[in-house]
Amino acid sequence: MATTILNLPDDELIHPGNRACAGCGLSIIYRIGLKAIGRDTILVVPPSCLTVMQGLYPIAATQLPCLNVTFASTAAAATGVVAALKAQGRENTKVVAWAGDGGTSDIGIQALSGACERGEDFLYICYDNEAYMNTGVQRSGTTPQGVLTTTTPVIGKLQKSKNVPAIMAAHGLNYIATASASYPLDLYDKIKKAMGMPGTKYMHVHTPCPSGWGFDPRYSVKIGKLAVETGIFDLYEIENGEFRLTGPSKKLTPSKLKPVTEYFDTQSRFRALKEDQIASIQAGIHEKWDNY
Amino acid sequence: MHVIESGNVAAATGVKLARTQVIAAYPITPQTPLTEKLSEFVSKGQMTAQYIPVESEHSALSVCIAASSTGSRTFTATSANGLLYMSEQVHWASGARLPIVMCVVNRGVGAPWTVWNDHQDSISQRDTGWIQMHACDHQQILDTVLKAFMVAEKVSIPVMVCYDGYLLSHSYMPFEIPKQEDVDRFLPSFSSDCKLDPEHPLNQNTVTLPDVRPDIHGNMSPGYMEIRHNLQQDLICSLDVVKEVEDRFKGIFNRGGSPFIESYLCEDAEYVAVCMGSLSYQLRDVVDQLRNDGQKVGVAGVRLYRPFPNQAVIDAFSGKKGLVIFEKGISYGNQGPLFTDITSALYQVEERPFAHNYILGIGGREIKTQDLLDTFRKSIQSGRKNEIKTEWIGLKL
Repeated sequence: MATTILNLPDDELIHPGNRACAGCGLSIIYRIGLKAIGRDTILVVPPSCLTVMQGLYPIAATQLPCLNVTFASTAAAATGVVAALKAQGRENTKVVAWAGDGGTSDIGIQALSGACERGEDFLYICYDNEAYMNTGVQRSGTTPQGVLTTTTPVIGKLQKSKNVPAIMAAHGLNYIATASASYPLDLYDKIKKAMGMPGTKYMHVHTPCPSGWGFDPRYSVKIGKLAVETGIFDLYEIENGEFRLTGPSKKLTPSKLKPVTEYFDTQSRFRALKEDQIASIQAGIHEKWDNY
Repeated sequence: MHVIESGNVAAATGVKLARTQVIAAYPITPQTPLTEKLSEFVSKGQMTAQYIPVESEHSALSVCIAASSTGSRTFTATSANGLLYMSEQVHWASGARLPIVMCVVNRGVGAPWTVWNDHQDSISQRDTGWIQMHACDHQQILDTVLKAFMVAEKVSIPVMVCYDGYLLSHSYMPFEIPKQEDVDRFLPSFSSDCKLDPEHPLNQNTVTLPDVRPDIHGNMSPGYMEIRHNLQQDLICSLDVVKEVEDRFKGIFNRGGSPFIESYLCEDAEYVAVCMGSLSYQLRDVVDQLRNDGQKVGVAGVRLYRPFPNQAVIDAFSGKKGLVIFEKGISYGNQGPLFTDITSALYQVEERPFAHNYILGIGGREIKTQDLLDTFRKSIQSGRKNEIKTEWIGLKL
């Protein structure tokens, strides 16, 4: 049974008041995600907006134990926590690594790949706001083509984004899922499911960022939904190798997809896109959806 | 029980006897046989540790940092570029005050590639806030691993146990394996007051600010500068702990006793050769020969490089006529780092011995006993000239 707002646990694991920007997609997924993760969990967090959002010493926004680690080491650190818990017979306690897209797709991918290959027992959540937002909007491996960032100014990023869930799928993980900050209950159910599975689990969460993407904070949820409705970001699970679209993406068909311009027009980061680039992106999305 | 085994096996045996709970390592010459041995101990059930065969040295130390933060006794080992690759984590481990023990099987660093011994790898990590101990033979390797865990856990500062690649790591020497019950008596199991635990949530290594800051109860908490100052103070205080642990070890195992400087015929010596690692034992032959010629000479092996035992250096060397400092590392653009440290310690002494600095054995260049003898003689004959100069010996330019 899918969780609804009526049976979502009341227990809040994040203290009221934190350092997130107004309209931050991460603050939605962090609040709902921690409810799914539960209290008997140790978090591992590399430098990212989450580091700041969680609070500056000696004040912390999270009620879970959290190990802040270096940028490249997230998955290795999660491995170390798991190993220590095992060595001490504390295996009921779960481990969740929570990193941004730069920390995952770029600097952290070696450690993540190593941990996946070893099958380390933890959930890795990548919140993808599609650039290095904490350092001021620099391009990352998951920044989409054409997007303006402070290191892809004027003409936008020339390269396509890296498909991290597909890289994780190539490791043969038991569970891989995508989710969106605009569909927090779907996120909740997927985290719940992942927490009950053995081995390395990977979740990739699309996370709108008002200041980095250039939109009014009140539109965060709407813009996240548009990414799904245009077929740009798809919600799916790969469970024991089986791919299936989930939630709102499951209900979509190629003919029902909204034009990508509806999504692009909401954000200033896409303003450098030219007609032919948009046409090419739109064609790519149709091609992707024709193969689903 | 006495065995004849390699230095790497001596280290692995120490790690096993210490009942280490989490081991993570990545292969690099000449450290590899040490981690192979540990994986064998674990696979055969002779040791109950979690052995994590990580994909890089950076991850090796990351695993240890996280496992130590979760309250387990942890160990890793590396050499040369492996140590440099984990350097970010080396700083992190001491900043986070984690009692990790790491063997550094000393090897020269690239480029160009060399797999052979010198001390540039651990020397380059001198200022990371770790305790650095040097072992001179196989027995010392095993014993130092045990002492390192105890020191690390008493002061919450990680310890590097350094020993010479190949010369010690791959050579076979007799050594005694202590009884497990004696080791258990010496080294109690590890317990941490601030481990990651959902019952008592802590947010560890959060962002600090330049200034002190009140917590939610209004109590002032330290800023980055106070935290780093504490590390420096505790490192200085750890000199006493190193001595205490050495005495405790000697009380149980009847070995050791010189944690700072291991001296050979230094008492009445006028001239002393100073170095680190296995070279100090090679220099004993040189000293014996010079003694036969009627020279009053000795050799001092520096066992603890960080924190630097300044007072022990003053006690050992003030009143001597001359020091001849042999080093397998260099602070490029200046001089041998041990030379800098020793002359700095002796600056406040009124009757300073002369000090000459020789760089040798870089990248495994053979150190000939005759060369050591000639160099020592030359230094003695040069009188009290206290010029600052660094000479390389064994060079073939």
